Amino acid sequence: MVGDGLTISREEEEEEEERSLAPLPSSGRHHRRKSSASAASRDGFPNPAHVRHLSRTETERLASSQRELADSNSRIVFIGDPGGSDPRFEIPRNSIRTAKYSPITFLPRNLFEQFRRLSYIYFLAIVILNQLPQLAVFGRGASALPLAFVLLVTAVKDAYEDWRRHRSDRIENNRAASVLDPQSGRFLSKRWKEARVGEVLKVLANESIPCDMVLLATSDPTGVAYIQTINLDGESNLKTRYAKQETMARPPGEDHPVDSAGVIRCEQPNRNIYGFLGNMEVDGKRVSLGPANIILRGCELKNTAWVIGVAVYTGSETKVMLNSSGAPSKRSRLETRMNRETLLLSAILIALCSVVAICNGIWLGNHSDDLELAQFFRKRDYSDGDDKKYNYSGIGTQVFFAFLMSVIVFQIMIPISLYISMELVRLGQAYFMVRDANLYDESSNSRFQCRALNINEDLGQIKYVFSDKTGTLTENKMEFQCASIRGVDYSGGRVSSRDNGEAHYILAAGKHILKPKMSVKTDPELVRLLKNKGDTEQGKRAREFFLALACCNTIVPLVVDTSDPKQKLIDYQGESPDEQALAYAAASYGFVLIERTSGHIIIDILGNRQRYDVLGLHEFDSDRKRMSVIVCGPDKTINLFVKGADNSMFGIIQNKVDLSMIDATKANLHAYSSLGLRTLVVGMRELSRKEFEEWQSAYENANTSLMGRGKLLRAVASNVERELHILGASGIEDKLQEGVPEAIESMRQAGIKVWVLTGDKQETAISIGFSCKLLTEAMTQIVINCNSEESCRNKLQDAVAMYRKFAVISPDPFENALTGTGSTKVSMALIIDGISLVYILKTKLEEELFKVATACDVVLCCRVAPLQKAGIVSLIKSRTEDMTLAIGDGANDVSMIQTADVGIGISGQEGRQAVMASDFAMGQFRFLVPLLLVHGHWNYQRMAYMILYNFYRNAVFVFILFWYVLYTAYTLTTAITEWSTVLYSIVYTALPTIVVGVLDKDLSRKTLMKYPQLYRSGQRDERYNLKLFTLTMMDAVWQSVATFYIPYLAYRQSTVDGSSLGDLWILAVVILVNIHLATDVFRWYWITHVAVWGCIVATLICVIIIDCIWTLPGYWAIFKIMGTGLFWLCLLGVIVAGMLPHFSVKALKEYLMPSDIQIAREMDKFRRMNAATMEIQMNRFSTLQL
Amino acid sequence: MNNSAAGTSSGSGDVSAPRRNSNRPKYSRFTQQELPACKPILTPRWVISVFTLIGVIFIPIGIAALRASTNVVEIVKRYDADCIPGNNTKAYRVAYIQDKNIDKTCNITLRVPKDMDPPIYVYYQLDNFYQNHRRYVKSRNDAQLKDRGKANDTSGCDPEDASNGSPIVPCGLIAWSLFNDTYNFSIGNQNLTVNKRGISWKSDRDHKFGNDVFPRNFQNGTLIGGASLDENTPLSQQEDLIVWMRTAALPTFRKSYGKIEQNLRENDTITVTIKNNYNTYSFSGKKKLVLSTSSWLGGKNDFIGITYLTIGGLCFFLAIAFTGVYLVKPRKLGDPSYLSWNRNPSGR
Repeated sequence: MVGDGLTISREEEEEEEERSLAPLPSSGRHHRRKSSASAASRDGFPNPAHVRHLSRTETERLASSQRELADSNSRIVFIGDPGGSDPRFEIPRNSIRTAKYSPITFLPRNLFEQFRRLSYIYFLAIVILNQLPQLAVFGRGASALPLAFVLLVTAVKDAYEDWRRHRSDRIENNRAASVLDPQSGRFLSKRWKEARVGEVLKVLANESIPCDMVLLATSDPTGVAYIQTINLDGESNLKTRYAKQETMARPPGEDHPVDSAGVIRCEQPNRNIYGFLGNMEVDGKRVSLGPANIILRGCELKNTAWVIGVAVYTGSETKVMLNSSGAPSKRSRLETRMNRETLLLSAILIALCSVVAICNGIWLGNHSDDLELAQFFRKRDYSDGDDKKYNYSGIGTQVFFAFLMSVIVFQIMIPISLYISMELVRLGQAYFMVRDANLYDESSNSRFQCRALNINEDLGQIKYVFSDKTGTLTENKMEFQCASIRGVDYSGGRVSSRDNGEAHYILAAGKHILKPKMSVKTDPELVRLLKNKGDTEQGKRAREFFLALACCNTIVPLVVDTSDPKQKLIDYQGESPDEQALAYAAASYGFVLIERTSGHIIIDILGNRQRYDVLGLHEFDSDRKRMSVIVCGPDKTINLFVKGADNSMFGIIQNKVDLSMIDATKANLHAYSSLGLRTLVVGMRELSRKEFEEWQSAYENANTSLMGRGKLLRAVASNVERELHILGASGIEDKLQEGVPEAIESMRQAGIKVWVLTGDKQETAISIGFSCKLLTEAMTQIVINCNSEESCRNKLQDAVAMYRKFAVISPDPFENALTGTGSTKVSMALIIDGISLVYILKTKLEEELFKVATACDVVLCCRVAPLQKAGIVSLIKSRTEDMTLAIGDGANDVSMIQTADVGIGISGQEGRQAVMASDFAMGQFRFLVPLLLVHGHWNYQRMAYMILYNFYRNAVFVFILFWYVLYTAYTLTTAITEWSTVLYSIVYTALPTIVVGVLDKDLSRKTLMKYPQLYRSGQRDERYNLKLFTLTMMDAVWQSVATFYIPYLAYRQSTVDGSSLGDLWILAVVILVNIHLATDVFRWYWITHVAVWGCIVATLICVIIIDCIWTLPGYWAIFKIMGTGLFWLCLLGVIVAGMLPHFSVKALKEYLMPSDIQIAREMDKFRRMNAATMEIQMNRFSTLQL
Repeated sequence: MNNSAAGTSSGSGDVSAPRRNSNRPKYSRFTQQELPACKPILTPRWVISVFTLIGVIFIPIGIAALRASTNVVEIVKRYDADCIPGNNTKAYRVAYIQDKNIDKTCNITLRVPKDMDPPIYVYYQLDNFYQNHRRYVKSRNDAQLKDRGKANDTSGCDPEDASNGSPIVPCGLIAWSLFNDTYNFSIGNQNLTVNKRGISWKSDRDHKFGNDVFPRNFQNGTLIGGASLDENTPLSQQEDLIVWMRTAALPTFRKSYGKIEQNLRENDTITVTIKNNYNTYSFSGKKKLVLSTSSWLGGKNDFIGITYLTIGGLCFFLAIAFTGVYLVKPRKLGDPSYLSWNRNPSGR
């Protein structure tokens, strides 16, 4: 259980390594290496300097037993010889190009990208139709304007972004690197973009690494280099990388000619940043290379004066560039729903067009005799003398043309501006989410991040939350709490509240004082035991216990300066927070790890500096669930220290030892895990010389093998990790994050089901479940932990029977779960473990599990693997319509995050893989509550309203055009000028809906947080559904009737000209739809006022400008018509008559059938009920239930 | 990713170094969405007030509009049928109107129903004439009308763009179909003068029709659509044309013919001598002569008054109805007991 996130990532990495190797053909073509003689003259005694990075080893025997990297699939790099490495200039140089476009390719490529949207093709087709002279309804310019506008806005945005990328590319490419000049043997400055594969580069401390390089030498005599990979994977701790001893000895440069430097064979470029496979041939010897020997572009060199390396991957082939992919793209639920309504609108559009076309045909048929002479038709063209027809080719064709023309005229039934409005609105919403101070995490200094920009509104409809435990519910900041040594429990540090901050050791090192960065509360009895009773058995064990904690890890101690020049802090950098906690604990008890090189560690044991040679280290893997280290102490004894999960450790203990001690330890372990502590068992064994030598040869063999290295190393480790003495056990507290129980309670009230998926043990998971109030004592727990399909089936059937039984008592368990008042009589919790899930998922039992799981209020899955997490998410996703959200922080949550509808990454302790895969990222679990309940609710409500409003507003306009067409002999004339038609949806009415979509709030943050139940409106699709759409459309038809027919009847049989009436209609409809919006706005900010009223004024100005163009038929019409009283009466009449139904229905509905949101708004406004009476009210109802 | 690789310098390695560059969003009421706002809610008082207010405003306006409309005296006389003697088949009528040799003068009499004060507007009204027909409405060229030098610019004027090889000024179907019935009014033996000046829009005369553009080659084609124009009068003074070329919005429309600037007494009998030239018979269009006074609301039209009265009345009714609803089913606004999770606590 050492860092459950991390281990899994390591495991994956190994699998990745093996997978990438597997397809390589076993080529026998090139076996040069096989013939080179084995010069492995091993020292009799271990040489600490090279044990870890096996140098002079018998690679021969291993190589022959394994397939090699086939030449055809490997890259051969001649060190210091770029010409030889890349004779045909096939490998790209180190210049990078993140920009998508060049000035020449911008236009075609950008257009191509944009036209991948289907709706744009539709609009383009209409523009093209309109270019045909037979069909030209609008002028060419006017018809192309909306599409051109939308394309232009997007293109400008893209161009700006691309320009920024160009700029950063240029800066990046022109950075200086020092490259070895083979002639002079000196390092010369060169630009990054000129670096080539095979060149030898030198990087100094705190410099960025220009390309992926294999380390040849470092300033450290043992070949260690520290790098920071924050830009690569976001992990801020330092990683160690090693140069091989062979090259370490004589780095290429002034003293050493580069010709004989060697050859590197490595994989072709790939995107696995945790894997690298290759070998290096130096002086006829072959050395294997692994991920620890390569430093990647994007990293920074730290705590190392310089390194020299050879470039193996450059430019676009570097791992960081291969990994730079954009944010994931998902489509929101609302947008999917919207497509259904868009289809409906298309049907309406086609119906309107058909009506026009058919009526046109009938009209032509009825008047066929008149058309010859009717002045307004003039079927025949007499001008040329011959008897040809003017623009007329039979009724059939005319009908067809009429249909196409009506499609052109009525095209905005499908709102083109909606797509761009939605993008802008989401951008605005994201801006406010990112800026929200409530979503800012102080401890990690991280803001909320919106990585996916198109699913904001999904946050308002979440039904299931799948949460990781470690690092998500908990802080993943481990704190050592208790130790059990030889079965004796020492948890005084946990119990005692006394501040014993002085208990940790301060070491005088020269003139400095060294202090561990963090101190742990110590148990006074244990401190006394360590100090004074070193010679008792218990004291000896305790010392060994802490020695094991101090050395059995991969922690790198860093000495950092503080503001006080006399004081320095030791900062333990490590990949696992558990290890850090253990190292700090050991330090607090006086076993301070001061220094780690590749070969030895220095530990200050109660004031005495001791050097331990590290002879071997078996890293943690999830099969063994333990790690071990073999050290040679100052007294030349060789010890194996092992720490690991209890079930893996108790299998490999020495049998003959005191059983009662083991039982006592087990009892302590049980007690610890019941407290929610993460437990580890520590053991040790002294190795005899013979055992050691056996182990060493096997270890070196395994380490230098190219194939299946991980598997071999595991075998070696399992072989040596046996017959251990149990030293004791540790309990580490993984503290709950702030506000987690409250957050879970809020979500439960909001009708969101929280499922916890963790890799932890069942007991730990349950105890965490209790401490975060996910589980309560009142709940009936259904535990499923079986080892066969049969028993799983039985358990599930029992569970089904149980919930049926409860279902009889209470009529509707689902209803209870929904009402979520927290005190329902029969709430059940399902606890299921990973092994059972193996038998259940992907079998017939899945359906049963689904039934049980959805009937339960709480589901806890423990001991689950990453893919199982994704499997559980898709179990829900595939069977319900409900929206799922997954939240996690580690690499093991990535698959779950990507599977769920909404994936949230916690930017926490376990690296950044989760964040990279997520749609949104934030610092704390509790931010989920404001994110979903407040922002999610707002975003959903705003977006839903905006979509409906856009449909409505365009439909009103289209219907007005349609009514007019009925009075033009069905010939698609528009009284409203074509410019106004075009500007209607992109200028006259666009801004207010965007502003409202970004800013409007139906309820205040306070109310939404206080009554989480309000969130359910989103889960019930209350704001966007077919019924609302139908009502809105009916309203649209009525408003169009009012807008069209009041002026029509008022101006019937008058001298009014088309343009004047058109101006009246366009002004009326713009004012009407804006007033409609105004009645639906919940909150009026000054910005809203400006947008709504400003838009009406802007429309008036636009109409006036259009009517000032003398070439247009409507010249001066607006001034003429505005001078008449009838115009103003019509305008007022249209607005009032148009709004009457909407207003009355709204008033009636809000009063008689108020939604929860309406009530809450009223409470928001009037605040009649203060909190106290509210509570009484709530309590009264909850007691009624019982 | 690469961008950040280039620019990140936050030293997360040295953890002890205090983070100076905090990412904490700057507080402002705007970014925290806490701008002062007005939160309107449709309370009963508001709803009733709104409806009452609309009623109070609309009913007086409706009464005023209706009175204005009733005060307008309007004489409408359809003459297209009366001015064709005898046989009433369509073919006959078309043949009659197309025959250039027949003198189409026709006299009708109008009785003034009520005193009419000047100005009395004279209109002709055409029914069923689609001046908004797509083929028709586009057939004009505004550049040609304005600019003498653009006489050859006849694009868009099909099929009346050129005749006998030279361009028509003014071109297009609209100009070609210019209405050409004329009216002469007299009471007894006394002629009523009709002032035909100022019937068109001043803006059109000044900016849309050039004062140096003269009709040319007009109405010279095979088919005569309507009136001819005096080739010596610039277009800006051809007011009938200017009026005609402001195409009507609807298929039934009136166009100004002139103004009579003297009083007409009740029961005066006006004799109108009509030159019945214009062919509306081919498409069964009606022709009417209209004499009308005007009010602040324009011509005679009761519709707007009735509409306002209806809306006003409806609003009063709604105000009363809502009052009833609020009295019958009182609901305390913002009472949490109406919240859905409080209404059905036990799941039924």
